[in-house]
Amino acid sequence: MNKVNITIDGIKLYVPENYTILQAAKEVNINIPTLCFLKDVNEIGCCRMCVVEVKGSKALQAACVHPVKEGMEVLTHTPKVVEARKVNLELILSNHNASCQTCSRSWMDCELQSLANKLSVKAIRFEGDKKKLPMDEGVSIVRDPNKCILCRRCVSACKNIQSVSVIDTMNRGFDTVVGSAFGRKLDETPCSNCGQCINVCPVAALHEKDDSDRVLAAINDPEMHVVVQTAPAVRAALGEEFFMPIGTPVTGKMVTALRMLGFDKVFDTDTGADLTIMEETTELIDRVRGGGKLPLITSCSPGWIKFCEHNFPDLLDNLSSCKSPHQMFGAVLKSYYAEQQGIDPDKIFTVSIMPCTAKKFESKRPEMQVDGRPDVDVVLTTRELGKMIYDMGIDFPSLGDSDFDNPFGEASGAGVIFGTTGGVMEAALRTAADLLSGTSADNFEYEEVRGLEGIKIANIEIGNVKLRAAVAHGLGNARKLMEAIRAGEEFHFVEIMACPGGCINGGGQPLQPADQRNWIDLKAERAKALYSEDRKMFIRKSHNNPAVKKLYKEYLGMAGGKQAHKLLHTHYAPRQNYDK
Amino acid sequence: MIKNYEELNALRDKAVKSMEIRLERTDITPVEGGKIHILVCGVAGCVSSGSLKVAEAIEAQIKVHNLGHDVKVIKTGCFGLCAEGPIMMICPEHVMYTKVTPEDVSEIFESHILGGKVVKRLLAGEKEYEEIEDRLPQIPFYKMQKRIALCNCGIIDPENIDEYIALDGYQALAKVLNEMEPDEVIDVVKASGLRGRGGGGFPTGRKWESSAVVKEHTKYVICNADEGDPGAFMDRSILEGDPHSVIEAMIINGYAVGSNQGYIYVRAEYPVAVQRLRIAIKQAEDYGLLGKNILGKGFDFNLEVRLGAGAFVCGEGSALMTSIEGKRGEPRPKPPRSAEKGLWKKPTVLNNVETYANIPQIIRNGAEWFASIGTEKSKGTKVFALGGKINNIGLVEVPMGTTLREIIYDIGGGIPDGGTFKAAQTGGPSGGCIPAEHLDTPIDYDSLTKLGSMMGSGGLIVMDEHTCMVDLARFFLDFTVDESCGKCPPCRIGTKRMHEILVRITEGKGTLEDLDKLEILARNIKASALCGLGQSAPNPVLSTLKYFRDEYVAHVVDKKCPAGVCVSMVKYIIDTDSCKRCGICKKGCPAECISGDKNTPFSINQDKCVKCGLCMEKCPFKAILKNA
Repeated sequence: MNKVNITIDGIKLYVPENYTILQAAKEVNINIPTLCFLKDVNEIGCCRMCVVEVKGSKALQAACVHPVKEGMEVLTHTPKVVEARKVNLELILSNHNASCQTCSRSWMDCELQSLANKLSVKAIRFEGDKKKLPMDEGVSIVRDPNKCILCRRCVSACKNIQSVSVIDTMNRGFDTVVGSAFGRKLDETPCSNCGQCINVCPVAALHEKDDSDRVLAAINDPEMHVVVQTAPAVRAALGEEFFMPIGTPVTGKMVTALRMLGFDKVFDTDTGADLTIMEETTELIDRVRGGGKLPLITSCSPGWIKFCEHNFPDLLDNLSSCKSPHQMFGAVLKSYYAEQQGIDPDKIFTVSIMPCTAKKFESKRPEMQVDGRPDVDVVLTTRELGKMIYDMGIDFPSLGDSDFDNPFGEASGAGVIFGTTGGVMEAALRTAADLLSGTSADNFEYEEVRGLEGIKIANIEIGNVKLRAAVAHGLGNARKLMEAIRAGEEFHFVEIMACPGGCINGGGQPLQPADQRNWIDLKAERAKALYSEDRKMFIRKSHNNPAVKKLYKEYLGMAGGKQAHKLLHTHYAPRQNYDK
Repeated sequence: MIKNYEELNALRDKAVKSMEIRLERTDITPVEGGKIHILVCGVAGCVSSGSLKVAEAIEAQIKVHNLGHDVKVIKTGCFGLCAEGPIMMICPEHVMYTKVTPEDVSEIFESHILGGKVVKRLLAGEKEYEEIEDRLPQIPFYKMQKRIALCNCGIIDPENIDEYIALDGYQALAKVLNEMEPDEVIDVVKASGLRGRGGGGFPTGRKWESSAVVKEHTKYVICNADEGDPGAFMDRSILEGDPHSVIEAMIINGYAVGSNQGYIYVRAEYPVAVQRLRIAIKQAEDYGLLGKNILGKGFDFNLEVRLGAGAFVCGEGSALMTSIEGKRGEPRPKPPRSAEKGLWKKPTVLNNVETYANIPQIIRNGAEWFASIGTEKSKGTKVFALGGKINNIGLVEVPMGTTLREIIYDIGGGIPDGGTFKAAQTGGPSGGCIPAEHLDTPIDYDSLTKLGSMMGSGGLIVMDEHTCMVDLARFFLDFTVDESCGKCPPCRIGTKRMHEILVRITEGKGTLEDLDKLEILARNIKASALCGLGQSAPNPVLSTLKYFRDEYVAHVVDKKCPAGVCVSMVKYIIDTDSCKRCGICKKGCPAECISGDKNTPFSINQDKCVKCGLCMEKCPFKAILKNA
């Protein structure tokens, strides 16, 4: 990379020519405030917070997108610049429903509030008309247009990253809003419920549908046996809600906190993940050997499932019929577990703590019931759990560790890595290798399916079976991969996760402000936590999970058998886009 | 199909013969023994005042008098004197008639065509001219003008490519393809000193050069015909009156920068321009002047029309390109410049209609000829759309450096009804006002910027003492608030807040603090808005504050509108001394807010008064006073 000489606030720098002014300033420890900018997601220079003076330019320039150039002279904090930032921020605030005291983003992670603080805004001098628009409350996602500051990060995430494109800017000037076609509610669009829009929103214009009250009510009902399960990605990020370093695994503290919250039993969704691997690997081997429809495509990610139903209805037969791990586990809890413990299944209330907003929608799908009972009663996001822990006055970082409850206890490392892209693939390969060879392989870390490359393709040989596998994460990448498959590219096994990076970066995970996300890769840091947990596990392959083995022996019978199908499998149907 | 330069020349020599009637100038004689062309303006302004009906009436008279072989009607481009439309001109004698109605046509035939006598009452401009002086160049409106961009408007039939070719049309293209290398073309445009006529005034040659030097296979040239300033219609008139001049220039542009594809982005509100462009493109294609291997020289160029959906911001270069790409028309930050990454991220040159209309003549007549016209830094001419409180509302083209006084008084015929000039707004909603003390400033890009206004695309709105400058600023902000795309907060919210303050002031609810707020907002929107539309939006406020601050202060401190425009501050009172208690005002008051009878003095209940002014109009004794 060629480098150029520039001057920022009188400091001479020699930086790569593809740097922006914002990046260059960071090199010399000058922080230029940003608001709309989110690296790799939204780089459109629209909020005018990062404006700087560039010698030779009449107007101020947006540092976040303005490239450096040989000989450039930049001033980042002149009175003209400081005034412009402040006035623009006051203008944004003047049209923002600043109900800060009661706002979910208020003290912890509101980027607008923190910016107002950093720029020492003392009063809003330019009050005037404010927008008053109706809320859009969906099953998974809630949009509050009156809090929206039109930074457009959500639009970019939905359109450019996820290729879902159900929200965009509409109208113009002061009447500009982010909305959906024909003014529809999100639930009436092909929205996948992935929640990536929430993850990038700097304010509380987007958040998940809060279901914590229903959980508290169940806990406080002495009749109910309230069982909670937690997805693998939750333990890799929950600590962030309590300002612990990104990538700190908090499995033990989380279990302690859940018990303190009053849940009767705390289980690990990884057990469900191990079940999924048993079922899905069996399905894969059957299809490969029996000439079934290939590639087999994973079905753990409900955002991906809805996306597929809308966009690739012709390829629904390729989807694994397996329910997602927490739904499988929910069904087991209300059948096997209920029977074993002698509890009326109608008195069991199952709660899933998920890194995911799409799972709220998934749990309400009519297919996700057995004998009229929903497998999972309520799905809470990692963030909602964090809030509950705060509400109950629990000092999370100081907690000691506890173990998951029996009869399921600790699951396998394969289940843990489900939370990151490539994890399901790797877990399946670990089991497939042993099942196909009839031995127990010592080398079972599949580096070729790890990492954050958008689409990963691997050729894997297990004995005499050659598998061509592909892994995509983020629906934009999923669309590309699916179009290749539709066009005839051949694979045996495909893993798709709706969220970029997989569940660790799910739409229900703790929010990190842009000034973190612009400089570190959240996805990589959280993934590290899961891989390190996997290494620490005693059992690292799903088929070796003793609880799962016992479950098949005592209750389910064969993997892929009749009972397993009743409880653990589902089906899909094409969905119209914008149907009437 | 014209295969080469020679065939083009042959066609020109043939076509010019039938045009001679319009090019020579003779005394008026009866029709017998000669041919006559009757030119009728077919451009939107005259069309809306009925010129097409006039043309029909002429056709009918031709039939009545059986003159089909001798008299021909041609629908031309704009003559400029739009306020006097419908306009027609009879050639070869070049007599211009204005405000012609279909009913006038038989008289024109009887008297002029058949009798050789001018119909004096329909003559243009001052009516007392002797016959021989009634010719086009003698009318003061035309005397000081110099037509380059508009040179064919009002002469040729814009829907007939042969007429364009007859007047040396496509000669510049032929010259470029046969005799010049692309960089030579750019050198000529650079040397001419031509600057962009769309607003910014960026040197055209340099713009072309910066795209030409980028080594890419695919490049684009675009003509910006998204003319959106209220009251501006320069570009529309050129497209409606002489579309081939723009097409020819775009092909030359394509050759110079290495592009084979052009787009003309026209607003859909210009249906006539769109239709004429489409006809012209089709004709140029049929003649092989567009398409593959133009004039046998191996250069290919295609041209497409793209319609804008009425957003003002799409006149901004990057927003225009986004719109062509089929996306929401919004600007993007620069760099990268369009010359490097424009339409579909390919090198793109974007020029305004009027800029292009100058190109063929610069090529034909040379850079030196063009550079000899105008001022030191602004060469050539500029077309202005005169509007507002001025007699000759219409289109004028003057050399750069002409003073505002010359345009308004000599060409524009001054202020109607004996009014006094107060200020002129140039540059539309992005420009500013110029007060009387600067009437003698020679107009060019730099002098206007210095005065706090801008050239803009050429709208020129004249105001007299009955214009309230605060209300004017409010009007323009009304427009920008409406037209802001909503992408950046300074424009989306800032202009809205400025507008709210201006509304407050015009309603008599403003404070001195509001004036400070206006200035803070204006300064910061100008500094930090994302695009030119936002950055220039505060100009009408800044310039009226600069030159007419007293009026603002009168509104906020004295709660008075000196021009008597701001309704809520107007107060009608009855002067009891002159009141004869006749009761006429009371009877006519729609708000029933006047009381009084023979024994009690008449008075107006100010709380109920709707300030319609009817009482003042009706009072026979001038006893009702406004703002006394």
